[in-house]
Amino acid sequence: MADKIMQYKISILLVVVSLIFFALGFATASTMSRLLWHMILLAGLVAGLAAALTGPESTKDFVRRNKVVILFAAITVFAFLNANTSPELFFSELFTRFGRNTFIVLSLLIPVVAGLGLNFGIVIGAMSAQVAIFLAIVFGGVGFWGLMLAVIIATPLAMLLGYSVGRLFNGMKGSEMIGGMIAGIFYDGFYQFLFLWVFGGLIPLAMLFPNTAPRMMVGDGGVGVVSTIDLGQTPNYFRQAFDNVPMLSILQVMFFAMLAFVVIGIIINLAKKQDFKQGLLKPMVVLAVLAVGFGLSFIPDINTFLNQPRLAGIYALRLVFIVTVLMVVYRYVMARREGKPFNIPKHVFYLVLATAVLAFTLPADYSLVLRRVQIAVLPYMMVGGLCFGITWFLKTKLGQNMRTVGHNRAVATAAGINVNRTRIIAMMMSTVLASWGQIIFMQNIGLMTTYGGHQQVGFYAIAALLVGGATVSKASVKHAILGVFLFHAMFILAPPASIQLTGSAGIGEYSRVIAGNAVIALALIMHVWTRVKKTKKDKAKPPEAPPAAASEPAAEPAS
Amino acid sequence: MSTVGKFKRTLLDFGLTRIIIIFTLLILLSLASFYDMNIPRFLSDILTRWGTFGILILAMVPGIQSGIGPNFGITVGITSGLLGAVLSLELRFRGFFDAFIVEPYHYFVTVTEPLGAIMEARVYTEAGRWITPVVTFVEGHWMRRVVGRAVQEGYDFIVPEGYRYILQEGYRFLIPDGYEHIMHEGYNFILQPFEVQFPSAPMFNLVGLATIFMALIMGILFSTVAGILYGMLLNRVKGSEMAISAYVGFSVVALFNIVWFTLPVSSGILILPARGSGMRQMINLQDDFGDVFNRIFQFDIPLAGSNLTIPTGLLLVLFLLCWVVWLFTRSRLGMMMSAAGSNPEYAKASGINVNKMRIIGTMLSTVLGAVGIIVYASSFGFIQLYNAPLMMGFATVAAVLIGGATVRRARVSDALIGALLFHSMLAIALPLANRMLPGVAALPEIFRVIITNGIILFALSRAKGA
Repeated sequence: MADKIMQYKISILLVVVSLIFFALGFATASTMSRLLWHMILLAGLVAGLAAALTGPESTKDFVRRNKVVILFAAITVFAFLNANTSPELFFSELFTRFGRNTFIVLSLLIPVVAGLGLNFGIVIGAMSAQVAIFLAIVFGGVGFWGLMLAVIIATPLAMLLGYSVGRLFNGMKGSEMIGGMIAGIFYDGFYQFLFLWVFGGLIPLAMLFPNTAPRMMVGDGGVGVVSTIDLGQTPNYFRQAFDNVPMLSILQVMFFAMLAFVVIGIIINLAKKQDFKQGLLKPMVVLAVLAVGFGLSFIPDINTFLNQPRLAGIYALRLVFIVTVLMVVYRYVMARREGKPFNIPKHVFYLVLATAVLAFTLPADYSLVLRRVQIAVLPYMMVGGLCFGITWFLKTKLGQNMRTVGHNRAVATAAGINVNRTRIIAMMMSTVLASWGQIIFMQNIGLMTTYGGHQQVGFYAIAALLVGGATVSKASVKHAILGVFLFHAMFILAPPASIQLTGSAGIGEYSRVIAGNAVIALALIMHVWTRVKKTKKDKAKPPEAPPAAASEPAAEPAS
Repeated sequence: MSTVGKFKRTLLDFGLTRIIIIFTLLILLSLASFYDMNIPRFLSDILTRWGTFGILILAMVPGIQSGIGPNFGITVGITSGLLGAVLSLELRFRGFFDAFIVEPYHYFVTVTEPLGAIMEARVYTEAGRWITPVVTFVEGHWMRRVVGRAVQEGYDFIVPEGYRYILQEGYRFLIPDGYEHIMHEGYNFILQPFEVQFPSAPMFNLVGLATIFMALIMGILFSTVAGILYGMLLNRVKGSEMAISAYVGFSVVALFNIVWFTLPVSSGILILPARGSGMRQMINLQDDFGDVFNRIFQFDIPLAGSNLTIPTGLLLVLFLLCWVVWLFTRSRLGMMMSAAGSNPEYAKASGINVNKMRIIGTMLSTVLGAVGIIVYASSFGFIQLYNAPLMMGFATVAAVLIGGATVRRARVSDALIGALLFHSMLAIALPLANRMLPGVAALPEIFRVIITNGIILFALSRAKGA
């Protein structure tokens, strides 16, 4: 009973504090500060709700588990209060950064699951992406299809490099992170050599490709590649070639792809003389939805709307609301049909969150801001697709094997899993995804820094993932998304806040680098710390917990 | 055992990396002579580099011996050393050493023009020591050709033909006839197109030596504290020291970016001239403790039509420190430390406090890092702040691994040999690469990156395999 009262006390306290902030919000004039108070209100309500639903013990536990996220949220709020930027600028920048950075951050997840820790080797994926972009331009690629050519070149390259790094990591189990860091720099040496001397020096690119290569070489056709390549320049038009794909085209492609899938499925079923419907119900439903969308797109107004490549933030938020509601309904129906338990508090929580998000679109000044925030649809869909793809992959047999390998290599070997092979596959997947992510990043920026564009990729991606609450041994899609938002919000706000507070942007710029480095160092320290503690505990009472199963594989056999 | 087997064993005992590097060196040397390059110059370079980087590489030894592995976080020590050096320069500027060392009062003034609009005036002592803060001027047409001269009152001075002197604030300023109005416009210094000749640097630069000793004292103080804290941290993360030390090092460098940016120093050689506060990226030590050790008993040996310069003092400092560390490893404490590092379980069983030993090793490594960076800065001639130390840990680790150390075992001789081999290779390979593939200025740097990191990767993969 005391627990129950305690539980509600926390909730009531949180809600009251939020309401006070809400009231304070009306006393301030600017949209930005009011928005902040409203966000605090939202956070307070959500936290209150969560506390009421779960109880004080788990509230404490929640705070303990998410201290990095909470700390960074506090830093961001502090910067938000002190930065004198316009909300439009801030949110446009934030959503642009989210669109271009999240894919790479997601590429870190699989190695974490496979027990390789934070993959500092994604830098190598980024390098292969840049080689591929360069070659795609040399081969005369133009626009969207030129960029697809870059993807096609990057993929085998990244697979090859990922394989080599995977082999390397198998030789240094337990030191993968420092190994990845050093491997990144090591491969970078070869990368620099390739661009500085091989292109133009060893391979006379300007002679072989007189139409495309010379403008990218030093001194119009000399030895070595120039330090920045403008991807927006004619005749390539790589700049935002993915961002600028209209929604209509995406819809059409999805519709025809689904149609082909269903038709081929029917033909196969007919050929095998199986039940017509078997395994095709879900695709048919998706096809029907897409067909409705496709049909609607012929209405002139909708057609004009869909012909845009970008979606205003306000529509996106409404879409989020609709999708969340649909998802909750779908899960409820499925749970009822299959007789499985349905987690009511969790889904109520989702609904409240979605409603709160929708509520943000209502005030006039907010909706004005949200209309100006433009979201590039295709990159966002790629990110969304990857989120689902990773979640799906981890449920497959290979994904499950990776989990086992990540949890305990000895157990995995005993279960007949080829540990080394699984680890290499994880590295290859991560490297390929990182290379795609770098292509998405580069096409959005529109300017390729030939010699430095890839070097910091690992640092920023890992820092973002950790800010989202991930650890060395545990990371999920949620951590990645939250982390990118928080880390990049801080990244945008730190310099203007620093200007307001100290008169120069320098401290802000340095402090965001410190924050990134410190969060990585802290994450590594916390990881080992808990592992050492756990091992000690296991050693203290061996009869209850067999050490091999309870602790993670120790990094150094000697210690 | 057969002769072949014995030979193989001897080779392996000698260290595979060492053999590879020695072969590379021989190839490089023959290539260099083939290209008719200046070999004595290379040798001088190698010796200077040996002394310059030796102590930083030596700093790896206590770390590895105490069991923390290659100390990628040597940047903690480096940063402490840099802080000591910077504070020492600032103290000197504030007249701290004037109480101990009397210098001849003979001031030269130069007004230089680094970026067009901003000019700085410097007052030098006779020994070439720069003592004024930066004075900035508004650009004026007559300030374009600027070298002036001022002499403190009370000292004899012969006024050249066509000049007169004006007394202002205790200095006599030389002014060309017809330019007297300048003094009344608020400018302190007068143009005069003649070169200022500084006396050649003495063998014992007393002020320089005092400054560097102050820097060393403060650096050791800071690094002791930092090293103990850092060692306590590393004790809690046993088994993953390498990745953590690398990132702790990065964090410290990032944190000190703000410190360098905001530290309220006032010495002219430290401050960013354009901003008026905050420290420079590169602090020129030419007029301070630059080369102080190199100059001591430095001599040239004529060789093959060129000079082989031996930086005796610098090498003596290196050997002295190596000897001290060697003595330490031979002492009871040192023995206990290496026992704790090589076999912690056994050491614990025989009553050694393993954690304490690890802290001592880390602290020693950090202190040597601080001393190493100060000696490095002195020999290099510049203090490099901000992100310059970021990757220094990696090169140092590579060097000690070349010397025959592994991530579990290192001797003082490994550090000495490693420093010599690694830097011989760089000293020859870098100019050679430039010669062989001209026009690619960054090639030597790429070569260095590949070798450094390739060696570390090799060592890491072998450590797990063994």
